[in-house]
Amino acid sequence: MARPFAPWRGFAAMPQQVRRLAVVIVLLVAAYFTARHFLVPRTFGEKGHYRAAAVDSIAVLPIHYAGREACAMCHPAEVAKKAGSFHRGVSCEACHGPEAAHTTDPIGHKPTAPRDRAFCVRCHAYDPARPTGFPQIDPVLHNPVRNCFTCHNPHDPTPPRPPETCAACHGEIARTKAVSPHAQLACTECHTADPRHAQAPRQFLPSKPASREFCGRCHASDAPPPAHLPDARPPKVDLATHGPRYVCWQCHYPHYPEAR
Amino acid sequence: MADERPTPGGIDRRAFVGACVAVAAPLVLSAAQQAAPAAPDTAHAAPDSAQGATGTPRYDPRTHYYGMGVDVSKCIGCGQCAAACKAENNVPLDPHHFRTWVERYVIHENAEATVDSPNGGIDGFPAPVAEGGVVRSFFVPKLCNHCANPPCVQVCPVGATFSTEDGVVLVDESYCIGCRYCIQACPYGARFLHPVSHTAQKCTFCYHRVVQGMVPACVEVCPTGARVFGEVHRPSSPLTRFRRFNAIQVLKPHLNTEPKVFYANLDGQVR
Ligand code: HEC
Ligand code: HEC
Ligand code: HEC
Ligand code: HEC
Ligand code: HEC
Ligand code: HEC
Ligand code: HEC
Ligand code: HEC
Repeated sequence: MARPFAPWRGFAAMPQQVRRLAVVIVLLVAAYFTARHFLVPRTFGEKGHYRAAAVDSIAVLPIHYAGREACAMCHPAEVAKKAGSFHRGVSCEACHGPEAAHTTDPIGHKPTAPRDRAFCVRCHAYDPARPTGFPQIDPVLHNPVRNCFTCHNPHDPTPPRPPETCAACHGEIARTKAVSPHAQLACTECHTADPRHAQAPRQFLPSKPASREFCGRCHASDAPPPAHLPDARPPKVDLATHGPRYVCWQCHYPHYPEAR
Repeated sequence: MADERPTPGGIDRRAFVGACVAVAAPLVLSAAQQAAPAAPDTAHAAPDSAQGATGTPRYDPRTHYYGMGVDVSKCIGCGQCAAACKAENNVPLDPHHFRTWVERYVIHENAEATVDSPNGGIDGFPAPVAEGGVVRSFFVPKLCNHCANPPCVQVCPVGATFSTEDGVVLVDESYCIGCRYCIQACPYGARFLHPVSHTAQKCTFCYHRVVQGMVPACVEVCPTGARVFGEVHRPSSPLTRFRRFNAIQVLKPHLNTEPKVFYANLDGQVR
């Protein structure tokens, strides 16, 4: 029968093999915590399962972009000019590059100015994926060779004269309309646009067709042929029975080739 | 059975195990006390946890919780964000490593989508080759989603990547062992292995800028305001307005990563 076990009678009273095993275990545990003490970094676990000090070292990384507020102190003229222009949303450093060093040492770190055409083209080249209304040019055709800033002040790029065609900012619509049944119709046939729309687009939005009768002007069965389009033969439908529940452009979006 | 025999010294197994526990328990407990995490894995960590994470005494990470809004319909695909990110964060300039980048989606008439992102969009996009009709196309800026429930953090074997109290997922580069688990685990492809240091890198929301009250570099240079930076839980934040006025989606919501990058006008084709 086993003797009742009583550690308080002294370590020595324990059987030898138990004492040896206990020493080994104590050593192992001690080795584990010693190793852990040296291997696990000091602040590990302070905030979570990570080294809290890492956050501090990331927080003090150097800043390269000073921010758009930083330029105003020394360049009030450029800031004021840009504030009222088409480029008001474009940060100074989007064009001049990261300038934090320049703000602390203006003479020692001179910013560069992007004077070549390729730079402006990155934002302004035509791409159908760009949202409608964004001014886009064809870099090959738009006043080639000359640098953009010779005609457009980069801090206030208002064109020397307002763009004449709607395609300047609605390139994608213009291009799809050109292959649609309405290719021969001017945009202004269906949209009345204030000339100021080309200068302050969102303040002076053009009109849009609002009723079935609008399309009926040309397409109603009793509509007279459009006087200013002598060659045009708009096909006719009966407004009363043709898709009466909807406005026409829910089925025929007039800009698109699939209008038919 | 041999197992049922009393131990030769006259001490039974139960007593022996008890003795071992009695010896080891104080050691384990005392060590655990210094090593145990304070467990602040939500944004609003216990207010009694230690002082500000950043050393700057003014900045208290517990009063912030960051997120970003991206309005896809405003993006013009100029790639300024990707370029500025590289300049701000010393990201390798080669066309393979990005912390943020811009993708162009072209949706064809057969409902298939082609996605390209040459050099992250930094040099612009070549005109799309329209094989067959194009139904629509648009740009989608991408970056780390700073998930509230980040899979990358879960898989890190050493605790070198983590969520901060202010909701930013960071990498401890001096502690990272470069095992690439987190890169594999990220469903958004937002991480890469730095070719020189061989440690994982990713978007930090420009943590060094936001702790000083600045916006991330990509937001700073975005010309159309397609990117909005702010606080998720604060009523007076541009992000709150953004989320109030737009129908919001996040990327891959079915993965339950709870991203904190909120997309407005996102197309269903975007992955
Ligand atoms: C502390 C004052 C200061 C601040 C802040 C400052 N600048 Fe300047 N900047 C100067 C001075 C002075 C010069 C003229 C240097 C010269 O001509 O040698 C200059 C020149 C420039 C130039 C023209 C360089 C050239 O080639 O002529 C640009 C561009 C410029 N700054 C951009 C910026 C931008 C962008 C910012 C904001 C991030 C900024 N600066 C902030 C003082 C400042
Ligand atoms: C759209 C890009 C763009 C933006 C935005 C922009 N700049 Fe410029 N900036 C230029 C270009 C291009 C030049 C060179 C113009 C030239 O040589 O005539 C220039 C020139 C300058 C100069 C040199 C002085 C001069 O007229 O030659 C200063 C100073 C300057 N910019 C400051 C600023 C500041 C400050 C801001 C922000 C308020 C700013 N820029 C925003 C493109 C930009
Ligand atoms: C980072 C992108 C970016 C760059 C680079 C840039 N722009 Fe712009 N540009 C814009 C934005 C944004 C607008 C405003 C569009 C709007 O109001 O919808 C704009 C508007 C314009 C307009 C107004 C067109 C109109 O009539 O509506 C012109 C002209 C222009 N930019 C010329 C330039 C020139 C020249 C350069 C090169 C010096 C340049 N831009 C560089 C983003 C850029
Ligand atoms: C010879 C002067 C000149 C040069 C050089 C020039 N532009 Fe223009 N730009 C104009 C004029 C004039 C207009 C307005 C009328 C028009 O549409 O042609 C205009 C209009 C624009 C518009 C408004 C959209 C449009 O098509 O009307 C943008 C955007 C624009 N330019 C960008 C640029 C960019 C980018 C460059 C450089 C790659 C550039 N411009 C070079 C004269 C110039
Ligand atoms: C300087 C650039 C520019 C030019 C030139 C321009 N637009 Fe616009 N247009 C815009 C912008 C920007 C919007 C607003 C887009 C938005 O809010 O999404 C717009 C919107 C519109 C709308 C939609 C209005 C609405 O309520 O949704 C119509 C229609 C329109 N334009 C027609 C025209 C027509 C027709 C012309 C030619 C006479 C023209 N535009 C020339 C920039 C331009
Ligand atoms: C046959 C008539 C017609 C012509 C021609 C036409 N449009 Fe439209 N446009 C419409 C109708 C109808 C709508 C839809 C209105 C609505 O949704 O309420 C529309 C909508 C728009 C819109 C706002 C929605 C959108 O699709 O972006 C813009 C911008 C626009 N048109 C620009 C143009 C431009 C630029 C041209 C010339 C290239 C043009 N339109 C020619 C009939 C026309
Ligand atoms: C100014 C007169 C005019 C107006 C207004 C007009 N259209 Fe047309 N439309 C035409 C002409 C002309 C054609 C024929 C083009 C051709 O095939 O030669 C046409 C063709 C069409 C077709 C293609 C039919 C086919 O089978 O080829 C459709 C659909 C159509 N229009 C719908 C509309 C809708 C919808 C509106 C109102 C938003 C509208 N149109 C407004 C003149 C007009
Ligand atoms: C519910 C959808 C719907 C609506 C709404 C609708 N259409 Fe159509 N439309 C069609 C379809 C479908 C056809 C083709 C019919 C066919 O091929 O026989 C068509 C054909 C046409 C044609 C060509 C007819 C021909 O003889 O070639 C014209 C023109 C046209 N529609 C104009 C209009 C106008 C104007 C309106 C608004 C008053 C309108 N549609 C509203 C669905 C619609």
